Amino acid sequence: MKKLMGAATAALIAASAAQADTKIGMITTLSGGGSHLGTDVRDGFMLAMEQAGSDVEVIIRDDARKPDVAKSLADELVQKDKVDILTGIIWSNLAMAVVPGVTAGGTFYLSPNAGPSALAGKNCHENYFNVAWQNNNLHEAMGAYMKAEGIKKPFILAPNYPAGTDALTGFKSRFGDDVAGEIYTKLGQEDYAAEISQIRASDADSIFFFLPAGMGIAFTKQYAASGAELPLYGPAFSFDEIILGAVGDAALGVKNSSQWAYDLDNPANAAFVDSFRAKYDRTPTLYASQGFDTANLILSALGKADPSDKDAFRAALKEADFDSVRGDFAFGNNNHPIQDIYIREVVAGEGKPTNKLVGVAIEDLQDAYAAECKL
Amino acid sequence: MPDLSRETLVNAVLLLLLPAAALTALALGETFYINLVSRIAIVALAGVGLNLALGAGGLVSFGHAAFFGVGGYAAGIAAHHAFDMSLFLGLLPGTVWMPVIWMTALLSAALLALGIGAISLRTRGVYFIMITLAFAQMTYYFAISLTPYGGEDGLPIYLRNQMPGMNTNDPIQFFALVFGVLLLTLWAMSRVTGSRFGAALDMARLNDVRLASSGISPFPVRLTAFVISAMVTALAGALFADLNGFVGPSMLSWHRSGEIMVIVILGGVGRLFGPVAGAILFILLEVLLGGWTDFWQFWLGLVLLGAVLFARGGLLGLLAGRARHD
Amino acid sequence: MTLPLFIEQLLNGVQLGVTLFLMASGLTLVFGVMGLINLAHGSLYMIGAFTCATVTGSTGSFALGLGAGVIAAALAGALIEWSVMRRLYARDHLDQVLATFALILIISEGTRYLFGGAPLWLDVPDALSGAVALPGGAVYPLYRLAIIGVGLLVALGLFLLIARTRLGMQIRAGESDREMIAALGVNIASLYTIVFALGAGLAGLAGAMVGALQSVRVGMGEPVLILAFVVIVIGGIGSIRGALVGAVLVGVTDTLGRIFLPELFGLVLPPSEATTVGASLGSMLIYLVMAVILAIRPQGLFPANA
Repeated sequence: MKKLMGAATAALIAASAAQADTKIGMITTLSGGGSHLGTDVRDGFMLAMEQAGSDVEVIIRDDARKPDVAKSLADELVQKDKVDILTGIIWSNLAMAVVPGVTAGGTFYLSPNAGPSALAGKNCHENYFNVAWQNNNLHEAMGAYMKAEGIKKPFILAPNYPAGTDALTGFKSRFGDDVAGEIYTKLGQEDYAAEISQIRASDADSIFFFLPAGMGIAFTKQYAASGAELPLYGPAFSFDEIILGAVGDAALGVKNSSQWAYDLDNPANAAFVDSFRAKYDRTPTLYASQGFDTANLILSALGKADPSDKDAFRAALKEADFDSVRGDFAFGNNNHPIQDIYIREVVAGEGKPTNKLVGVAIEDLQDAYAAECKL
Repeated sequence: MPDLSRETLVNAVLLLLLPAAALTALALGETFYINLVSRIAIVALAGVGLNLALGAGGLVSFGHAAFFGVGGYAAGIAAHHAFDMSLFLGLLPGTVWMPVIWMTALLSAALLALGIGAISLRTRGVYFIMITLAFAQMTYYFAISLTPYGGEDGLPIYLRNQMPGMNTNDPIQFFALVFGVLLLTLWAMSRVTGSRFGAALDMARLNDVRLASSGISPFPVRLTAFVISAMVTALAGALFADLNGFVGPSMLSWHRSGEIMVIVILGGVGRLFGPVAGAILFILLEVLLGGWTDFWQFWLGLVLLGAVLFARGGLLGLLAGRARHD
Repeated sequence: MTLPLFIEQLLNGVQLGVTLFLMASGLTLVFGVMGLINLAHGSLYMIGAFTCATVTGSTGSFALGLGAGVIAAALAGALIEWSVMRRLYARDHLDQVLATFALILIISEGTRYLFGGAPLWLDVPDALSGAVALPGGAVYPLYRLAIIGVGLLVALGLFLLIARTRLGMQIRAGESDREMIAALGVNIASLYTIVFALGAGLAGLAGAMVGALQSVRVGMGEPVLILAFVVIVIGGIGSIRGALVGAVLVGVTDTLGRIFLPELFGLVLPPSEATTVGASLGSMLIYLVMAVILAIRPQGLFPANA
């Protein structure tokens, strides 16, 4: 702990010189069905900035989960506010609209949540850093875990957008293609009556679903009301603390995969979870941890170089010289993380269910697209 | 009696306002504001298109976003194939040449408008409003299901389309191009409304029985106006996609139809320069209110409601006296 | 394709249809009696849902919440009618479209200001949670059955109201001849307010009931509103009977189309393409049905006597 504080102070002193005129733009989802993801990324990010005493200007904008809005906000932040670093996007479809143009224009983009496969392989970019995961990662881990658990025929579903395709691709890459059924739902869909009927009519022995934010809440509630009893599996996105609060006991016993857990045992994480709870009066989700890590990565790089010196700043980012709340963290050649993926179980908590760390699914997982990237 | 000379003066001021603002932004080195003026010109162009159906023809189309989007997708898909070096439907190569893209946008919008118009123009009044809205929704869902071109996620355009002899990546040159298109279209529109066809369309709006008795069937007149109107809006859509470097289903959403309509009304229905005034006002409101509060659409709603209830005739009605319309 | 699955999907379609009917009946009444097109009808749906969520949250009783949602939507409707709509009756449809579009912006943004951007979650009441077994082997959520039941009761009530009561007579008179009811000594101003509030209350009821199933959020009324437009265009504007038939037709076509078209295409196309083509055609299906119906009957299935 003492060592941690010392490192933070040292970084702080070194950083203040470069920070004076640096501007960070954050485009994230603060309204609509996906707003709690953006809120948590923002709160985690700002918590790290505050703890470092940073005076870097952060301009925060709401994209309302609309690709065109995100694109025009990005143009505005780059052209009008002249930000050095852009971050914050939650959804892969928004990232696809924004990131290629921004990075090609010479601005750095650090992703605190989305990791579409299209940006990890041959279209990787030296100015694009992913501080969360490549989209397939958590689903690959769950695929491997369910196979090891002896699951035979899962029914799998995900929303129809890049992260949804990546999710089911990732899942099947480890589980195999032998599934009871596969459905892509509309992004933002909130009535799953038809899909649930279809699952019930199939010969599935379990359900794997990737439905983040409001979609996950709606699906789990309606699934519980339908009388069906197949076990549920999914990535952490389908069972974050906010979703668990909304769906209640319907989620008890569910297993999910995550690159982070609030009960993960390392000093940086303990300090983060405590301070987050103290400041915002709620348990952080994985999104908050990703926002927190992203800010600390930026701060660590700002301590070494000024963003106007692009090569030096890029090299500083790539070192990933910060205390990640997930423990070990390193960038692969394509600037995507190499990290452990854990399994968590939903158990009864204080007033609402909560996640409990139960094991490791895959250690040092690197994404499947890294080899295609020429960086 | 409308004060024609005063309206001409107001029109001239409106027209000069755009290049003046763009050049000022250029002098200050603010790319963002040059693009903002380009956006005003493009949105005005979309309004000019709708204005022919709405103002001259009295056809309240609540589905012009469909044509706006079709134009946008024409530009987006062409650029996508050009970037990928792939073929459209396995047959046609992509292109970044604006004249080709514009022709594609105009043609596809004309075909779509022929289909939609042929069915919806059989009805009048509130039916027409709802049917055009419903058809626009259908195109919207079609765009969403267009997975090869991004589906719900839309299609980023990595290359700005090119015009021979120009560097369209330069914001001020792009503005000049857009502004030129707007001027040409305004001139063409004034010729259309002043022609025999324009007179017939006017008559179809005011009294189609009388038109029929003079030996002209109102249906083809309306259909022609609807198709031309759609084509102009589609051209605006192609430019809009190019400016934003992005095309997605939201270009076809019913909110967009509402916005295009709002621009026409705010400016003054049926007046040649109404959409220009409306676009300036709308985007200024968006920028000023948006800079002041996150809830700017609330105030936009109030302004709009006030304009409908108390300022009939729109901005031009206030500035240049009441129009010949209504 | 088994029989129980088909029954379940059919019920899903009917449940959507019943929700659409609650929306469409208000729209069609308002148009029939006042000649007004109201885009802000979806906002009343949203007001019903937000009120229901708030009241249920603070009292713990869904029944109270539902009642409050209906009343709040009806009151909001009366207020809107009194302050804005009555200035629009004499205007053309263009002005009505614009003014009600402005109302959408005002109400949506106002709600976002009051409640924030995050959705509210409303639970299905305990008494109605769980599923029941139906004859034929299907199992169906009780709450969705309850929605269908409420919707059908409301439809019956509306028919009786219009056919049997004095208010119904005035509504029918208003639909056929607006000048005449004034001559009959009916207070038109209050009749219009009552009709508008009635339609608003029904929208609020739909919003509150669906809110418990999905989520309560700003903009939730808009997709439903557009489907309701399709319903009344198909059914014939001004006709309650048309609204009912149109609503069930749209609900069932939409639900079955989305599910079975991909399967149908799966017989001739490889799976991934079948899903794409089937899903896209499925989402456009109701509009195609509308186009066909209009091509044959431009005034809809049950044209009102307007």
